[in-house]
Amino acid sequence: MSEIYIAREKLPGIVEQWMGRYRLFGPVFQGQYHEFEQVKQPGAVDLDFVNTKLSPKGLFHPQAEKMFEFTLDKQNPEAGILKEIPRDYSERVILGIRPCDARAFVLDDVNFNTNDIKDPWWVRRRECSTLVGLACNDPCSTCFCTSVGGGPFDTAGLDVLLVDVGDGFVAQAVTPKGEDLLAGIQGDPMPGEAPQKIEDLKKAAEASLGKAFQVESFTQKNMLDLFSDPLWEEVQFSCINCGTCTFVCPTCWCFDIQDEVSEDKGARMRLWDACMFPLFTYHGSGHNPRGQKLQRVRQRFMHKLKYYPDKYGNGVACVGCGRCVKACPVNIDIRQVARLMSDGCVCPA
Amino acid sequence: MQAYTQKIREAARRLLSEKKVDVVIGFRKGTIPFMNEPFLARNAEQAAQLYWDGNCGINLANYVTKRTDRVAVVAKGCDTRNLVTHILENQIPRENLYILGVPCKGMLDKRRIAAELNGREANDVEESDGKVLVKGRGVELTLDRGEYLQDNCSICIHRNPVLYDELVGELVEEQTNVDRYADVRRVEAMDPGERWQYFEDLISTCVRCYACRNACPACYCPTCFVDESRPQWVGKTIDPTDTRTFHFLRAYHLAGRCTDCGSCERACPMGIKVRQFTKKLEKDVKELFGYEAGLSLDQRPALDAFQPDDPQAFIK
Ligand code: SF4
Ligand code: SF4
Ligand code: SF4
Ligand code: SF4
Repeated sequence: MSEIYIAREKLPGIVEQWMGRYRLFGPVFQGQYHEFEQVKQPGAVDLDFVNTKLSPKGLFHPQAEKMFEFTLDKQNPEAGILKEIPRDYSERVILGIRPCDARAFVLDDVNFNTNDIKDPWWVRRRECSTLVGLACNDPCSTCFCTSVGGGPFDTAGLDVLLVDVGDGFVAQAVTPKGEDLLAGIQGDPMPGEAPQKIEDLKKAAEASLGKAFQVESFTQKNMLDLFSDPLWEEVQFSCINCGTCTFVCPTCWCFDIQDEVSEDKGARMRLWDACMFPLFTYHGSGHNPRGQKLQRVRQRFMHKLKYYPDKYGNGVACVGCGRCVKACPVNIDIRQVARLMSDGCVCPA
Repeated sequence: MQAYTQKIREAARRLLSEKKVDVVIGFRKGTIPFMNEPFLARNAEQAAQLYWDGNCGINLANYVTKRTDRVAVVAKGCDTRNLVTHILENQIPRENLYILGVPCKGMLDKRRIAAELNGREANDVEESDGKVLVKGRGVELTLDRGEYLQDNCSICIHRNPVLYDELVGELVEEQTNVDRYADVRRVEAMDPGERWQYFEDLISTCVRCYACRNACPACYCPTCFVDESRPQWVGKTIDPTDTRTFHFLRAYHLAGRCTDCGSCERACPMGIKVRQFTKKLEKDVKELFGYEAGLSLDQRPALDAFQPDDPQAFIK
């Protein structure tokens, strides 16, 4: 796979060039934090960021998406027929995505893109996107990608990996799609020390992360034992069931489908939903199988850390981005939950 | 802060071992800077985990709602006002509550401190002598504590618990020279169009996670109007209509009940200043009915009892 060097001052030019050819998305500073959005001015992309507040999952699975429109007008011969809303599938580049977030899409694929079932919008959006990742030279204290099978320089899910080597970036193609993207740009001469620099940066980043817990120590436990462990009583106490953790998470994919109707026009919407909300499992009968907070909290963590690995054999459904750790208003820390799942309910002193 | 922690642990240990209460609700030290976790101590041993510092901004009254056991709760000024509101609204009987009152010096605003750090990360925070010492990778900052309080704390006039069974420290001096409603007046002075835009911008990044609602002790309806499905009152989209409906209704449900504890604002992952809604209502209730929520067990809340001298100018 090819590798090119981009001097730092050349990057805006390349961004501009890509903007001419593709729809370009990247991290944009919003005053308090960064979010991924479509870039309108080349200067708006800010690669000097830690990570975005919300994960980039919304680019593939928007929070609120109109799927179909319909009319209920009896006079209209098409009354009640769902019409798909056209979407923009023109080629796009997503620049500056972190390795954990790119890996999350691979984990999410098992839900949206299987041999039997293909979610057409997810699949087509994945197809039209080229992911240009940015390696994490300086992971933050809430990151734990290396504990869950990823890494700060991991390329899973990426088409190109950028490594910031100081005066510029080394861009490494990971897939043929990435190869094509790089073929279109003019690189600068690669500094001789770059390969060594990358090795050093990678080692230092990995070393700074350490291991937050051992995945096998709970994935190999008996499911029912974990399910009925008293640890959930402890974990659930502070939770306010707000759903923040699920909204910021790149691997929380659950949604609800609702029709919104005004007079005789309607739209069928797909909306993020979450296991933390009581309504999520509320049956038409009035029964709620997860009517208690404890059951909902347990569901979120068991889904990520036990049911998913059991079902797909694909590792845990958490990429260690740390967003939920930072955003939870009451400091429920998935690393701590994982440790409790490993050790049983021993309260930390 | 250390002294408070010691006192809280001692009291909790005593209450639990003497079986005066079944559980103690307080905070334990968080896993990341600027965060502590609400914690339920069930026995004297667990009391050793209790902790206190300037990052206890979540309102613990939220955790006693409808409990039927005997609960001790660690409560700063605003928390005790919400406990009073809870008692008045029959959410918990007074005799089941043992209030460990914390004279409060204000809670730290993690967002403003983060802004000072300019993207660098704090690893360690220490508070002492009116200073906050923040240490992180390539950064060491000493800040004046008083300058970095949550917005609600910097204008708070009820730092001391209004109801308690025991205090964990000396009462503190109340702030007197504060203008509680400068921001509300600024909004009131806007013309309707500007004002509308102000609130539209305020909530434009809302993701409808409802952390603001769930962090609020006064939001305890068994089923919140946003969670009703038969009929569904509010759409679940992020269309401004739905988001607005949520915010307006949430605020109105808190009229005359909100204590301006700031838990909602602290909880919001997007940093939205949701108190801008409730403060206007707080000001109105104070001006119209002379009522401040949660100050006394002897006064019925303004909006749940009719008084012959209630203003009636709105009846036309
Ligand atoms: S963000 Fe925290 S409080 Fe909110 S639902 Fe998730 S774990 Fe519970
Ligand atoms: S569970 Fe938390 S740390 Fe894991 S991927 Fe989701 S947001 Fe990131
Ligand atoms: S609305 Fe906010 S400030 Fe008012 S009582 Fe509820 S959480 Fe506290
Ligand atoms: S906590 Fe913030 S983002 Fe969540 S619903 Fe409230 S205002 Fe919106």
